[in-house]
Amino acid sequence: MPIAKVNGAEVEFEPGMTVLQVAELAGEEIPRFCYHERLSIAGNCRMCLVEVKPGPPKPQASCALPAAEGQEIFTKTPMVKKAREGVMEFLLINHPLDCPICDQGGECDLQDQAMGYGRDDSRYEENKRAVEEKYMGPLIKTIMTRCIQCTRCVRFVTEVAGSPEIGLISRGEDVEITTYLNSAVTSELSANVIDLCPVGALTSKPYAFEARPWELKKTESIDVMDALGSSIRVDSRGTAVLRVLPRTNDDVNEEWISDKTRYACDGLLRQRLDRPYVRTNGKLAPATWAEAFAAVAAKLQATAPERVGVIAGDLQDAESMKATLDLFRALGVKNTDSRQDGVALGQGPRESWLFNSTLAGIEDADVVLIVGANPRMEAPVLNQRLRKRWIAGKVRVGVIGEQGDLTYTYDYLGAGTKTLAGLAKSKSDFVTALKNAERPAIIVGQGALTGGHGAATLKALAGVAKTFKVVRDGWNGWNVLHTAAARVGGLDMGFIPDEGGLSTGEMLKPGALDVLFLLGADECETSATDAFKIYLGTHGDAGAHKADVILPGAAYTEKDGLYVNTEGRVQMGRRAVFPKGEAREDWSILRALSERLGQKLPYDSLDQLRAKLFADHPTFGQIDYAPGSVATSFDLSGLGSDGDAGDVALKTTLPNFHLTNPIARASVTMAECAALVSNAAKIAAE
Amino acid sequence: MSVRRLAKEQPASFAFSADTKAKADWWIAKYPEVRRQSAVIPILWLVQKQEGWVSEPAIRAIAELLSMPVIRVLEVATFYTMFQLEPVGKVAFVQLCGTTPCMLRGANDLKQVLRDRIGEPHHCSADGKFSWEEVECLGACSNAPMAAINDYYYEDLTPETLATILDDFAAGKKPKPGSYVGRGASEPHDAIKTLTDPKLYDGSAAKKIKIPNLPEKPKKAPKAKTEA
Repeated sequence: MPIAKVNGAEVEFEPGMTVLQVAELAGEEIPRFCYHERLSIAGNCRMCLVEVKPGPPKPQASCALPAAEGQEIFTKTPMVKKAREGVMEFLLINHPLDCPICDQGGECDLQDQAMGYGRDDSRYEENKRAVEEKYMGPLIKTIMTRCIQCTRCVRFVTEVAGSPEIGLISRGEDVEITTYLNSAVTSELSANVIDLCPVGALTSKPYAFEARPWELKKTESIDVMDALGSSIRVDSRGTAVLRVLPRTNDDVNEEWISDKTRYACDGLLRQRLDRPYVRTNGKLAPATWAEAFAAVAAKLQATAPERVGVIAGDLQDAESMKATLDLFRALGVKNTDSRQDGVALGQGPRESWLFNSTLAGIEDADVVLIVGANPRMEAPVLNQRLRKRWIAGKVRVGVIGEQGDLTYTYDYLGAGTKTLAGLAKSKSDFVTALKNAERPAIIVGQGALTGGHGAATLKALAGVAKTFKVVRDGWNGWNVLHTAAARVGGLDMGFIPDEGGLSTGEMLKPGALDVLFLLGADECETSATDAFKIYLGTHGDAGAHKADVILPGAAYTEKDGLYVNTEGRVQMGRRAVFPKGEAREDWSILRALSERLGQKLPYDSLDQLRAKLFADHPTFGQIDYAPGSVATSFDLSGLGSDGDAGDVALKTTLPNFHLTNPIARASVTMAECAALVSNAAKIAAE
Repeated sequence: MSVRRLAKEQPASFAFSADTKAKADWWIAKYPEVRRQSAVIPILWLVQKQEGWVSEPAIRAIAELLSMPVIRVLEVATFYTMFQLEPVGKVAFVQLCGTTPCMLRGANDLKQVLRDRIGEPHHCSADGKFSWEEVECLGACSNAPMAAINDYYYEDLTPETLATILDDFAAGKKPKPGSYVGRGASEPHDAIKTLTDPKLYDGSAAKKIKIPNLPEKPKKAPKAKTEA
């Protein structure tokens, strides 16, 4: 590897690195605004100037200068210091001195670097330029006078998000960042530009004037809005979660999160269940914990176990599901299901319900077949990875299902099961490519596996995967894309009907059950069944509205919990704030209830519960580990069941990206975004 | 230069004329299919030729024609000042040079003529026939002061000749472009006073000469000092 000298110290670097990267390797800090590791190089802020030998005797922009063998890089010479001061002075010429009222204050690159590398004062005495405000939608607030034209936002929406809607118009002193005629940015990843903006030009609209960064308690946690389990940082003050920011995790979300992950957090303060309720005379009335437990216990003890059913929701942590399962199995209940949507997974080897190539590994695939999923709606951060793979080139994407804008081009193969059945015999270009692929991957969406045809479609998909050798030595391209954060955890611990038990669909039929225990289950239609409903959850959503007893639980920011993402990675979420009002952590409610029912659960603390969980299901003990392609021996042939899938269109299960779970439905911000999308759809239809 | 914005009042729609479309296709065919957007500048120009200016519906139509994001077309249209974002005079659009040589030769007087007869710059006259703006150097300094009217240069102007030209346009005539002091191109407008020495043309000037006052060559370049 070539060697360069940074301030006299020799550094070995990989060919192709830039001078800035080499200087960073040597531990030198290079100030920058426009340069960002995950975006293309623009070289327009000039803050990263360094002195380089050999070369012209003037400072050079290190971000755009390739490093070379034998190069001498100087970052501390008087020339560099003077250059940085000059650049900073120019950047500040038109930058308003409004830090005291700027939301970026305290976490502002310009503020920090002006302190670190700028002059002490300004020599500029003329009037500053002002820029008109812009509108970018309900999430991004703009104060364009503060913009320093680094174009990070333009490059992000164009390259990463794939919806080129932000641009830099005009020129010279008059350049402005704007969307076309002040339209809202439509990307599901749009709010990441707020993090990217090095100044206070693009700030968070819902969080405007809420808090200063140093007032906030920062808790590193895991997101539950989709099944990716993005790494997040929850910023809270007192009892309120004020914002959610991404954490860098190259295995999962790189450093992006979707708008839902970021902005559904205001839903944590609305529609909350903060005390138990018991339905008396047809109306839900506030009750004490003792009264609620008494009502539950009386009902459960008076009912035969085969007339009791349990359904777990999509946002549940593994511990609460484990406690529920342990409790009701001890009561002899076989009707347990964690699959609200009735997805045809859960039997067979663990690999059959995982995203086996791993999220990062999908970048190694050369042919990708997407069946019954719209990754842009179901997992925007994964879709961004697919787009990254597509930009890198030599990849072919095929879609069976809905024909939507995925931000990359794909071969549209057909709408549903019929196309799938005929795939092996098809002679289309894509199928030929799939046949010849070295690392083929199938992304199976929930849309393909739910509904009456689910099991048959799964069988057909397994057949396709076998035909095209999607699982081969060193590569496992069988990828199930879940939409629920709790799903893989539920399947991993066997939260499915015990032998002879009823599944979700069967439980919800009229007359099937006398008592239904809903553990945060809000996505299943419970109006047909006349069973006595006990709801343990966080929000006054579908489940709570129909419940006879409500036990208030903790949302994902209010409890420590394990979540297993779609690739089978067990991740630990941490508590940022306490549960609301009289609400308690879910597992402790179940523990208290078990004592009341005379079936005391064998754990008194979360640690003991986890120990039991790890002992019963060792996969949960492997925190932050995704099995990936190691298990290539798994057999696809046992999946699904025989049957005619017929001719069914495989549609995504999440037609409305912004309103997929109780927290998002309670969020005002998400409602605004959803209204914007539906309005746009209405206008497009006209 | 000021902030460039799209006009407040926009037409409801835009359609390429058959001629414009044919020319646009010719430009698009010059580039590989995946690089269609390379034709954006010529096509913006063609649209401006067709309509006189670039309207918002036209920007959308161009984006669609070139399958490129509409914001990218807007970026280009707002970057180049030669793309008119406001309607211009239907009969005559005067672009008066106001850069130093023209200004020294009386461009400010011409400006006053335009102001009196047409009105403020960047706005059409009441009948929509005339508009004017000041532009930077158009490269005809030896014929200063000058103005480009529609597609032609009108040079060596005086307030009187400019007024006559505008009258002619208003009367539906097409005034002759070029110099208005009766000289061809940029030749001297009376007797030839310079470059009269016949030696200039007999080949003697091509001989090597010693340039006076050259700095002496340093004996050895001093080493540049840098801190390690």
